[in-house]
Amino acid sequence: MQRKTFLKSLIGAALLASTAPAAFAQEGEPIKIGEINHYKRMAAFAEPYKKGIELALEEINAEGGVLGRPLEFIFRDDQGDPGEAIKIAEELMTRDGAVMLTGSILSNVGLAISSVAGEKKWVYLAAEPLADAVTWSAGNAYTFRLRTSTYMQAAMLAEAAAKTDAVKYATIAPNYAYGKDAVAAFKEVLTKLKPDVEFVAEQWPALFKIDSGAEVQALERAKPDAIYNVTFGTDLAKFVRDGNTRGLFDGRTVYGLLSGEPEYLEPLGGEAPEGWVVTGYPWYDFTEADGANKVFVDAYQAKWNETPKIGSLVGYMAAESIAAAITKAGSTETEAIRAAFEGLPVETPVGQITYREIDNQATMGAFVGKTALKDGAGVMVDWTYLDGADYLPSDEEVKKLRPAD
Amino acid sequence: MGLFFAQLLTGLANAGALFMVASGLSLIFGVTRIVNFAHGSFYMLGAYVGYTLMQVLPGVVGFWGAVLLAGIIVGLIGVIVEICVLRPVYSAPELFQLVATFGVILVIQDLTLMIWGAEDLLGPRAPGLKGIVRIMDEPVPQYDLALIAITPFVAFALWYLITKTRVGILVRAATQDREMVGALGVNQSWLFTGVFFLGCALAGLGGAVQLPKGGADLLMDFNILTSVFVVVVIGGMGSLPGAYLAAVIISVLNVFGVSYMPKSTLVLMFLVMVVVLMFRPFGLFGREEVAGEHGQVGEPERPIKPAGLKIRLLVAAALVLLGLIPVMGSNFAVVLVTDILIFCLFAASLQFMLGMGGLVSFGHAAFFGGGAYVAALFVTYAHTPMELALILAPLGAGLAAVLIGWVCLRSTGVYFAMLTLAFAQLLWSLVFQWGDITGGDDGLVNIWPSAWASSNMVFFYLTLVICAGGILLLRHAAHSPFGYALRAARDSSRQAEAMGINTKRIQWVAFAFAGAMAGVAGGLFVFSKGSVFPNELEIARSFDALIVVFLGGVKTLSGGWVGGASFEATKDYLTRFEYWRLALGLLIIAVVILAPEGIVGSLRKLGERTGILNNAEDKR
Repeated sequence: MQRKTFLKSLIGAALLASTAPAAFAQEGEPIKIGEINHYKRMAAFAEPYKKGIELALEEINAEGGVLGRPLEFIFRDDQGDPGEAIKIAEELMTRDGAVMLTGSILSNVGLAISSVAGEKKWVYLAAEPLADAVTWSAGNAYTFRLRTSTYMQAAMLAEAAAKTDAVKYATIAPNYAYGKDAVAAFKEVLTKLKPDVEFVAEQWPALFKIDSGAEVQALERAKPDAIYNVTFGTDLAKFVRDGNTRGLFDGRTVYGLLSGEPEYLEPLGGEAPEGWVVTGYPWYDFTEADGANKVFVDAYQAKWNETPKIGSLVGYMAAESIAAAITKAGSTETEAIRAAFEGLPVETPVGQITYREIDNQATMGAFVGKTALKDGAGVMVDWTYLDGADYLPSDEEVKKLRPAD
Repeated sequence: MGLFFAQLLTGLANAGALFMVASGLSLIFGVTRIVNFAHGSFYMLGAYVGYTLMQVLPGVVGFWGAVLLAGIIVGLIGVIVEICVLRPVYSAPELFQLVATFGVILVIQDLTLMIWGAEDLLGPRAPGLKGIVRIMDEPVPQYDLALIAITPFVAFALWYLITKTRVGILVRAATQDREMVGALGVNQSWLFTGVFFLGCALAGLGGAVQLPKGGADLLMDFNILTSVFVVVVIGGMGSLPGAYLAAVIISVLNVFGVSYMPKSTLVLMFLVMVVVLMFRPFGLFGREEVAGEHGQVGEPERPIKPAGLKIRLLVAAALVLLGLIPVMGSNFAVVLVTDILIFCLFAASLQFMLGMGGLVSFGHAAFFGGGAYVAALFVTYAHTPMELALILAPLGAGLAAVLIGWVCLRSTGVYFAMLTLAFAQLLWSLVFQWGDITGGDDGLVNIWPSAWASSNMVFFYLTLVICAGGILLLRHAAHSPFGYALRAARDSSRQAEAMGINTKRIQWVAFAFAGAMAGVAGGLFVFSKGSVFPNELEIARSFDALIVVFLGGVKTLSGGWVGGASFEATKDYLTRFEYWRLALGLLIIAVVILAPEGIVGSLRKLGERTGILNNAEDKR
């Protein structure tokens, strides 16, 4: 070999060696998504959610990933503390190389991440938080929300309530922002649809510290025609038990926000209330006719050997949304992802949803139906899926609710 | 009239479980002087164990057998905890054991999650007591009536045990003067263990007996803790009839509150406590705490002295190293250290009050969160610039401390601690409830530093200067005449008074000063996070600070910030793992047992033993 060619090839090899790993890294290195949640503090909700994400990731990566690279989530526990979540967000974005953030179940943590995302220009998909403020009063250009908001779900129940003869309503809701929003939205929509309704009692038990006997007595005292329930978790269990024992629900229709979700209905077992009108997730009823819904439920049960919760669905849809956004963006740059989310259509188990340009809220809907007992367990019957797009205020109102971007 | 009576019955039924748990806590405190934070965890264990037993044991006998067995099993778990965790640290400074019980909480939380899973368990109904009885035409659940009947029985059995038996005599004697009991030849360790068994068994019983009214879930430990403390304090620490009366008062008032003031659910209990302690500073049936122990437990405390040259050089070097972090470390290191610095100042402010003043506050978060909210509110509503907001934060927090201190300092010891807790909780519920102004639990968002300080690096230097300065200022105050007077008031208020020191006023000033310094930390916190939520006023935040002060070493000058830095850094590392609470809990327990004088105290000893540091005695 001549000396010249040897040198040339050496230089060539050196160049190749220095560039190859970089190109290689781009090719095969996973796209990382930072996922912050309360895995310990709210384990019953966070675990199914995480499993939903993992199922979606498996499917996405089996089909070649996103932009030819595998998609990966980094799961971090924030102890349910907003300050902690912000610190972790910083770490995920600046040290761990995450391209965007998602996560949180609690609304306050979601709002904290959303605030820091808006300031530091990071994309944040609030998958689970329900608070209306996430996309409205505290909304910003970088925060998107997947799940059907408090307002939308309350509006669905109010619509059902307006069709009945009941005039005197009593409400019971946990004494914090979610409960207050849920009652305000229900009142607003119901009063608009049926101006002669009257609210005869409002009960505000402290979250997870309900004194159910006393609450039931107070509701009974007001003699309402119907009851609107926002309590959930252990509060719901105690409320239902005491209400059943003392006959509060006899001859009254109860509207239960989220009460039909498996997270809340399953622990009640054979004591689940009958005949409540609720929003929830009737995964057990899906047939071939429900298409993608059924496919998801089957795949979830096959992978995890347990039944899905609403959190499983939300987690699955969050990962799908993120994959769709990055694919549409064609890059992992923040601005490209943010722009891709605007008006993004996503095919999901519940059908196509769109991330609205006007307020970054997805049009995911909810299943509304009646509760019943079947084989000693609470289920939803006569349910329908209502599209979220139909239960949002008009564009003018939304513009008023949202600060200018 | 019928409804009124039915509501009264509901209140009485609710009082049942509350009384059992509270009486256990009261007994344990009375005899061992341990503020058992883990008492709620034993209550939770009682519910879970009871639930499992009820699945196995059938019928009426099985149900009540399960309740009793749950009590015994939880009592035995309590014995294990007492022997393994608490016995080694009885001779540590007062209240140090509460750190150990905090570790126990974390361990039990993770173990419960491992064993029983995350899903809430709905308690089975009591066989034979599933229906209702109509009293004056109002439905009353049969199980409520059973509870109303059982509780006085348990109370009576306890009363008999305490007043009529030899064990009871010993327990009462130990409550009054445990050193004398020891001097008279009673085996104190077994007395303590026995009382711990009884107390935990009562908590377990309370957990199991409430199953038909609720169930078992992973949040119930913290959820009952505050109510139990409130009941014990209203009744008077160590008093059983007091605990019973207080449980009834709280439960009954709560039922009427729910009916006639539905929004009062968050504050009612604490208002009652403040009112009771205003008029009876030692609870309804409590007795004034005997003027301290005979001397202090553990080693006599050393006089504090200014840091030696070596230490000064070390601190200067550490500060220089900290200053280099933005240059050397990653962006995240800057953010993490900013967080830690802020927490250190918060902890140091509590350390000043606790270590120098002997004022144990369970509600120091009121001033941290208070400062944070003052800054956030000014920015949100008056568009105050950051610089001004950072000055207003300590002023606001200090003002709050002046007011709260004025009320709280009427009490002493544990009662003082509980009053501070009550005020922190009142402030929390004010912020939580007053959504129109404070945003409720949706908080206040988009509060960012001024443009010049908006980069992480500049804000880091700002934080470093303010926090290091604040900690040095607190240290300086400890060496000033004011600091000497404060320590005099702590060690012997009678002699201090005789020397012409107005002890109450000195303590009041110290309380306000510590509050203002916590407010500085709170102000910085808001701008570092960009938002603030009621979490910053929560009891958990107060406990965080309390734990690190004890971990760092309550009888040292620098325990606060050293404990804060080590705790936060460890937590940041551990939360990356699945069972981090278990690991953190075990670590805390290990530190408590191995370093009963706190990290600083034990390091200093080690340093002296190995000759790196000069012993204070040698210098004289």
